[in-house]
Amino acid sequence: MVALFHAQGVRKTFGEFVAINDVDMMLEKGVLTSIIGPNGAGKTTLINLFTGKLPCDSGRLVFDGTDITGLKPHQRVHLGISRSFQVTNILQQMTVAQNLQLPVLARLGRAGRPFARPDRDPDVRAEVESLLSDIGLAKARDVRAKALPHGDQRLLEIGMAIACRPRLCFLDEPCSGMNPGERAQVQELIRKLTKLRDVTFVIIEHDMDVVFALSDRVIVMHQGKVLTEGKPEAIRNHAGVKEIYLGEEVGD
Amino acid sequence: MKSWTALTKAGLQTRLAAAAGAALAVALLIIPLFGDYVIWLTANMLILALFAVGFNLLFSFTGLLSFGQAAFFAVGGYVCALILLAVPSLLLGVVGGVVAAGVVALIIGFLCVRHTEIYFAMLTLAFGMMIHSIIWKWRAVTGGDDGLVGVPRAPLEIPGLLSIDMADLERYYYFVLLLVVLGIFAIWRVVRSSLGLTLQGIRDSESRVTFIGLSVMKYRLIAFTIAGLASGLAGALMVPLGRSASPAIANWTFSAEPVIATMLGGAFTFAGPIVGSFLFYIIKEIVVIFTGYWMMTLGIIVLALVLGFRGGVVSVIQRQLLPLLERRRNDLGG
Repeated sequence: MVALFHAQGVRKTFGEFVAINDVDMMLEKGVLTSIIGPNGAGKTTLINLFTGKLPCDSGRLVFDGTDITGLKPHQRVHLGISRSFQVTNILQQMTVAQNLQLPVLARLGRAGRPFARPDRDPDVRAEVESLLSDIGLAKARDVRAKALPHGDQRLLEIGMAIACRPRLCFLDEPCSGMNPGERAQVQELIRKLTKLRDVTFVIIEHDMDVVFALSDRVIVMHQGKVLTEGKPEAIRNHAGVKEIYLGEEVGD
Repeated sequence: MKSWTALTKAGLQTRLAAAAGAALAVALLIIPLFGDYVIWLTANMLILALFAVGFNLLFSFTGLLSFGQAAFFAVGGYVCALILLAVPSLLLGVVGGVVAAGVVALIIGFLCVRHTEIYFAMLTLAFGMMIHSIIWKWRAVTGGDDGLVGVPRAPLEIPGLLSIDMADLERYYYFVLLLVVLGIFAIWRVVRSSLGLTLQGIRDSESRVTFIGLSVMKYRLIAFTIAGLASGLAGALMVPLGRSASPAIANWTFSAEPVIATMLGGAFTFAGPIVGSFLFYIIKEIVVIFTGYWMMTLGIIVLALVLGFRGGVVSVIQRQLLPLLERRRNDLGG
């Protein structure tokens, strides 16, 4: 079986510092994967390389049989790779509905229409309604994004990433800054979207409860390399992982 | 309850805007009753309004500060002048000026849009001054520091369809009014369109727009070209009004006029630059009566307005006056 996403020998340096050191990684379709590791392990850099925010120094990225190493970020989105950001990245001055209209317009190739009203496009309206109900923000559709509570802003950003109809979606700390209730909500949403929309999620997460509850597979990164990977139970009991990372986080 | 308040507020805003629009339309239509000076002044205000609305499409709705808009105004004006000096057709002159400005904006924009913020502003300033020096030095074509004089206000002719003499200032005023209204209306539609949503998305978060699958540079270039077309139209309308083209319209100080008009009227509103353009000329005309240092005085007034009316006149009306009106209506049981 061919992996949905395959990184081969990916390397990234910032000056003297080797952020990503010849990483090989396969991501399988339908396998919810978490990438964990201490701060500075290179998790976010890796996602930035995979999604095109940063160029690779060397190595090769293959998505669904297509070499995407040289593609621009927006071209990768069209192939089916989307993402959210560690620090909430939404369109602050716009309403919730508008935040979802734009990715739908982009996917339909209608984002450049100079005279068509986006809110009057029946295709866009239908899809935005379905997204609003999926992320549970239907009541807030006309609220400006910057006026939303933090948890809802994170949900909106996941909605924007999903609105691109990705096959592979990277979420960079989707639960950061959330209270336990909101964290449960996000986990529920990720499970629901995996089933409903046939998306393969790859998440970076610091909260181990979330990681172990949600993932089918866990990849542990340390100093720019993949330390180990496996099923959540195996990772929980892995001696090396405990040493570098879990020891300090889940001391029990 | 919340949605009800939002509804009445939106309704009130719409009605107020409609009333203001209707009053403005009547005023603009009867302007020629007040004589040549008022006609000339109003035509200048209208041209600046179009110029500033184009600038504001970049500034408030795309998040790009351009200090080089005079370049496209001047290209539009000079090309229109050169055509009118060769062929007496107003339509040809104006269309030629607009197209030339659009092409120059596309080329300069291509080189500028990969940069943002201060780098973008400085690049547009530099390219603007480059156009200015070309106009200044290329005496054989542009007349150098003398500019182009004796440009005829040629008749508006479409062969076989219509022929309107434009020598009369009043007629030319209506021509300017029509084209400025059409130009501003087109930009208004763009702001509310899917393209406008994309541009405002880029203003809010470039990276978010990139990662929903859009090329930020492509859409910045489109916005830059539209603003260039608007500037070119404004320039092409200005030249036949004064029957001359002077290199002053390519200077960086002229690029500052739409910026000042936008600051006066209010950035981040659509009507701001229009209101600001009218204020700009009113202030200028009053100040020159008292002192030759009108630029300095204008600067002080702009500073006072920007500091006192945070966000410009239009935003102050939206933020301060509308809530007052609403409260009164609610008190009356409305």
